Amino acid sequence: MNSRLARAVAGAALTVLCAVPVQAKVPEDPTALYTDNLRDLFFGEALFNAHQDNYFDAITGLDTELQQFRLLDDPELDPFSVHFGQAEFAVGDLELSYRMHREAGRAMEQVLRGDVPQPIKNEAAYRLAKIHYHKQQFASALHALELIEGRVPERVRAEEQFLRARVYMQLGRFEEAVALLKELKGEKSLAGFVEYNLGIALLKAGETERGVLELDSLGRNAGSGAAMGALQDKTNLLLGFQLMEAEEYQRARTYFDRVQLSGPFSNQALLGAGWVEANAGRYDRALVPWQLLTQRKSTDAAVQEAMLAVPYAYGKLEVHSTAAVNYGQALDLFGNQVDVLTRSINSIREGKLLEALRRKEASQVKNWVVELRKLPDAPETHYLLDLMASNDYQEFLRNYQDLNDLLERNKDWLQSLDAFDEIIALRRSYYEPILPGLDVQFRQIDARIKMRLEQRQRLAMRIENLLVNRRPELLAKSDETESRLILQQIRDILEYNPSLQSEETEDRIARLEGVLKFRLSREFDDRLTEAYKNLQELDEVIATLQESYQRYVRTRQAATHSYEGYTDQIVSLRAGLNRAQERIDQLMSRQGRMLEQLAISELEERRAQLESYQIKARFALADSYDRANELQERRADARKVEEYQRQVEQMKQAAPQPQEESLPTDNPPELEAPASNGEGADNE
Amino acid sequence: MCRILLATVMLMLTVMTNAQEVSREEIRGLDEQIQDVKKDVISLTSELNRLEEKLLFPSNTQVALFVSLPDSAEFSLESVEVKLNNQVVAHHLYTYREIEALQLGGVQRIHTANVQTGTHPLEVTYFGKSKSGKEYRATASYSVEKAVGPKFVEIQIAGNQSAINFKDW
Repeated sequence: MNSRLARAVAGAALTVLCAVPVQAKVPEDPTALYTDNLRDLFFGEALFNAHQDNYFDAITGLDTELQQFRLLDDPELDPFSVHFGQAEFAVGDLELSYRMHREAGRAMEQVLRGDVPQPIKNEAAYRLAKIHYHKQQFASALHALELIEGRVPERVRAEEQFLRARVYMQLGRFEEAVALLKELKGEKSLAGFVEYNLGIALLKAGETERGVLELDSLGRNAGSGAAMGALQDKTNLLLGFQLMEAEEYQRARTYFDRVQLSGPFSNQALLGAGWVEANAGRYDRALVPWQLLTQRKSTDAAVQEAMLAVPYAYGKLEVHSTAAVNYGQALDLFGNQVDVLTRSINSIREGKLLEALRRKEASQVKNWVVELRKLPDAPETHYLLDLMASNDYQEFLRNYQDLNDLLERNKDWLQSLDAFDEIIALRRSYYEPILPGLDVQFRQIDARIKMRLEQRQRLAMRIENLLVNRRPELLAKSDETESRLILQQIRDILEYNPSLQSEETEDRIARLEGVLKFRLSREFDDRLTEAYKNLQELDEVIATLQESYQRYVRTRQAATHSYEGYTDQIVSLRAGLNRAQERIDQLMSRQGRMLEQLAISELEERRAQLESYQIKARFALADSYDRANELQERRADARKVEEYQRQVEQMKQAAPQPQEESLPTDNPPELEAPASNGEGADNE
Repeated sequence: MCRILLATVMLMLTVMTNAQEVSREEIRGLDEQIQDVKKDVISLTSELNRLEEKLLFPSNTQVALFVSLPDSAEFSLESVEVKLNNQVVAHHLYTYREIEALQLGGVQRIHTANVQTGTHPLEVTYFGKSKSGKEYRATASYSVEKAVGPKFVEIQIAGNQSAINFKDW
């Protein structure tokens, strides 16, 4: 009877331990989030967020960068072009980490359909397969892996093979998985995980001995570190149950003993170790691990079971009174825990669990989902640890917390939009009254600037002409020009009035003209150089003027842009945020209900389990009392018999030795007949 | 009695099946709707970020300062103080995760400001420790030349060499 149950128990435990292939906890792809040649600060900023698991900020940052990059006329000139391909993959990875599988899947499918080199397609196919695997769509994952042609990039090759092997295992193709995993043995980044999966695959493929051998070696030494320690314990626990199922109790005990006493699998190992001994009929030895287990956290299922197992073993050892005492302790504990569970269920129904999950501490305190039990009226989360460790529940929790985060972010943005409205209104009230006056002044200055620029242009052209066509009079100073004009005027007067002409006058005019011409001609080169220098100086002044002009134009534009053109955008964004808030609110309610439903269902099951334990314990307690009483009575009877015998013995020893009594020869006197008539009577 | 053990192990199994009580279709449907809303909020946030930048830090006055830790795996940055135009504009104490993110090549935007075109004095002070516990502290100055376009300055902290380098972008 015992061994059949042991096999059933071991089988059930094995189903749990072998159910999901173990995978190493590695980032989606470390290379997608690393660069040793940063060429764009904003890409670096996205990495800063990504490495802190701030996926939302990282995706938003990269998304903005990618959008801006795609709008560039010459994108190859932008420094971001160095990171473009990496950023596209990084967004996919981050979306995957942010549980946006569909979006990540779409991005990868787009790469697969695109006109890109085969290695990139292969990497995309591998990533798409990972997404499907994560969503437990194993056939689709295999289909994606089959799209890989040739080899995948070296840095993801081992990961791709490992993923393929796990997909085969999920699809029940264990022989193929075994072949792949054998090739992967020795891969450092997957050390331990390959061996564990290989062991499972061998067991599932029917090669039990080889599977046990593989796991045995891992169970002896998986490596250092907490994760490897846990894997080693898990392996030993799996082997323990495997051998218990095969009724090899002695060997099974060895593996249960290998599990660390402080590890996460220690409770199950202690329980298993006890059952191995119990099945072998060694109840006194079964008590050792079970007694140890009863000292542990009373919310653990294994501990609660040990509370019943201990008195059971005492019962088998015929120590019914101790068994009764232990059943009594078990009943106390079960009673307390049933109360705790009832309070926890009520607390969840009152919304305390979701309230705690929405608190700020959720993102600041490590293991908040467990720690929240310390809050007043919060549910006892220790009962939910196994549930919380399940994939689905983790997804629900993260989704709920993501939605809460989005809700808070949107609330902040809605407040910011109100602030933006105020800023815009203030700017408008400041700029609108002064800008028209400034514009009038600017137009006047603008006209003068244009005029001066035209003058400068004319001067420049004249100087350039002088280089080709030498005309010294054009570089005359004002007094010289005046003198030249006076002389010209005199000539006009003389021409008009010939009577005033004389040879002397003519000579004097000609001499003066000659002097003037000579001076202009002699100084032409110097004057031309000076004019050129002056033009250059003028250019500097004009450049300053133009800079001021441009600055004014920019400031003027900035003033307008600081309050114009935002209204529609803000209205649209506010409407978008409000719509999103409504949807988030609805989705949070639905996701929250699922979380509550699962937690309540889990707690109710544990409560039902404890209640059934209580019934069993009460019967067993009564039975133990009966047996103890019976035994006590039997012992009392035995003691009485012993006492009586002892007394008899004592009496025998204490009483004097009776003398040999002679048989009476005479009749007792009463039988003696009276002498007178006795004889007569006889005679009668 | 042994049935209890079976029941306990079955209880472990129920954890896995509990989630299946809520129908798979329902879970998938909800999950897809959550993904859709995430996508929409990301898109809205991108637009809001651009609007905020345009409104509060227009390109003609924008200066953004970034902190990086090149080749400083052995160095743990504890705090950074930034003075722009002789005024403290940022004082940041680093968390473990931020230090790790910087060591992995991330770049932190420590301050964004509005300044006029021209020269602006920048002074950076940092404090940190090496793995062995040795303390490092350094201060360095730089002139930020603000032109018409936005200005980005990277503050590279080479912790173990007590050096701060500046790079214009």
